Amino acid sequence: MKLRKVSAAAAAALVLSITATACGGDGDSDSGSGSGGGDKIKIGIKYDQPGLGLKEPDGTFSGFDVDVATYVAKELGYDADQIDFVETKSADRENALARGDVKLIAATYSITDERKQKVDFAGPYLLAHQDLLVKTDSDITEATDLNGKNLCSVVGSTSAQNVHDDFAPKANLKENSTYSECISSLQNGTVDALTTDDSILAGYAAQAQYKGKFKLAGLKLSNENYGIGVKKGDTETVNKVNAALEKMVSSKAWDKAVADNFGPANYKNEPAPKIGVIVK
Amino acid sequence: MFDFLSDYNDPSLLGAFWMTVKLTAVSGLGSLIWGTLLAAMRVSPVPLMRGFGTAYVNIVRNIPLTVIIIFTSLGLADVFGVTLGASDFKVQGFRLAILGLVGYTAAFVCEAIRSGINTVPMGQAEAARAIGLTFSQTLRLIILPQAFRSVIGPLANVLIALTKNTTVAAAIGVAEAAYLMKAMIENEAQTLLIGAIFAFGFVVLTLPTGLFLGWLSKRLAVKR
Repeated sequence: MKLRKVSAAAAAALVLSITATACGGDGDSDSGSGSGGGDKIKIGIKYDQPGLGLKEPDGTFSGFDVDVATYVAKELGYDADQIDFVETKSADRENALARGDVKLIAATYSITDERKQKVDFAGPYLLAHQDLLVKTDSDITEATDLNGKNLCSVVGSTSAQNVHDDFAPKANLKENSTYSECISSLQNGTVDALTTDDSILAGYAAQAQYKGKFKLAGLKLSNENYGIGVKKGDTETVNKVNAALEKMVSSKAWDKAVADNFGPANYKNEPAPKIGVIVK
Repeated sequence: MFDFLSDYNDPSLLGAFWMTVKLTAVSGLGSLIWGTLLAAMRVSPVPLMRGFGTAYVNIVRNIPLTVIIIFTSLGLADVFGVTLGASDFKVQGFRLAILGLVGYTAAFVCEAIRSGINTVPMGQAEAARAIGLTFSQTLRLIILPQAFRSVIGPLANVLIALTKNTTVAAAIGVAEAAYLMKAMIENEAQTLLIGAIFAFGFVVLTLPTGLFLGWLSKRLAVKR
């Protein structure tokens, strides 16, 4: 009999919690539709790339993409507290824009012809290059030094594909699922170098726990033009964002954001790219 | 619409699924052997073996497969230097993935076989002991042949789950189906189509497996 009381109480608690979450869900979707009305702006960023887009343990956001997005949003008429940062992983960036889940995407989004068929791009706002991150005392200075060496990159990334298609087919390529795992392999000596965009590498090398341990080799193995993704056909927003980016560069806020986020890693950034000029 | 598929040669679509098949076949065989040994331990009269079998199954099957696979690469290979005789990361990743998949799947195989052992009537074992067979003879000649015939269905489930679980090996850079899928999604901006292609590929692999083993389990079932 006692058992039955307990289970009845448990069932009641369960029902209550379900209704409670249902209310929570409703509230959420209300505020979601409200943001479309102009109170808030949703911007897609990466959550896991230090120096570019990172969600800090306390729930705040940091990184170059975040700084650019915040500046652009301000020019579009949204204060910092009116921005909702949403995680957009590489795979669902196009869909998130097409569905209208986010208004803008600033998430290490390289402008490519394939992607231009699905979304419109403002920018570019940063010209990055594929580069190598090596230990401070490493003797790797050229891409050809990599042949016969152990190299790390992330599964399915364009950098990993470039390595074995083009510049060092004889490199022994270890593919991990995240860059953090590659950094751990680099730190314990399993691999000699880690490759991806220099901006991402600089962000990792600038993290407090890695300061002084790694350096960028300074190779320009590819050109990655980071743009801000906008829904296909929304020319008005593209123009507004372009104007905001131009203002960010001319007001030197761009230089400050670069220095803040990539500074400590011996990262020699390219000058701010011209809007609409894509370096192949 | 499908012309982008021909841009991929390393691995190609077929090559990637062939790797999936190889992973499934090798780790399926490995986990059948290791799982049977574990089941034998769990029913053995030696307390130490029973304890080991029980502990192994309860620990391993409750750890997420992703954690196990990534541990084989970052822990076993990077930190402890267990490279399984391979210096090339591709070969090393393949062997480590097999090791992880066998270790994980064997726990489920063991439990399936043990449930099969429980379907064999007690009288069978008692009769075997009465004519003087040892424990291992009883198990090999009397119990396991009947047990296996009754658990083909559950083992088919495990095999299908294993086929799909091989996708986790992409996390340590094994060039199987999920690995190619990630590369395609990164390049092509056609997420839904690519997802559908790979889902279809897996159905092509698992559906015949399920149908064949379902038929086999009916045919071989022990009529009691």
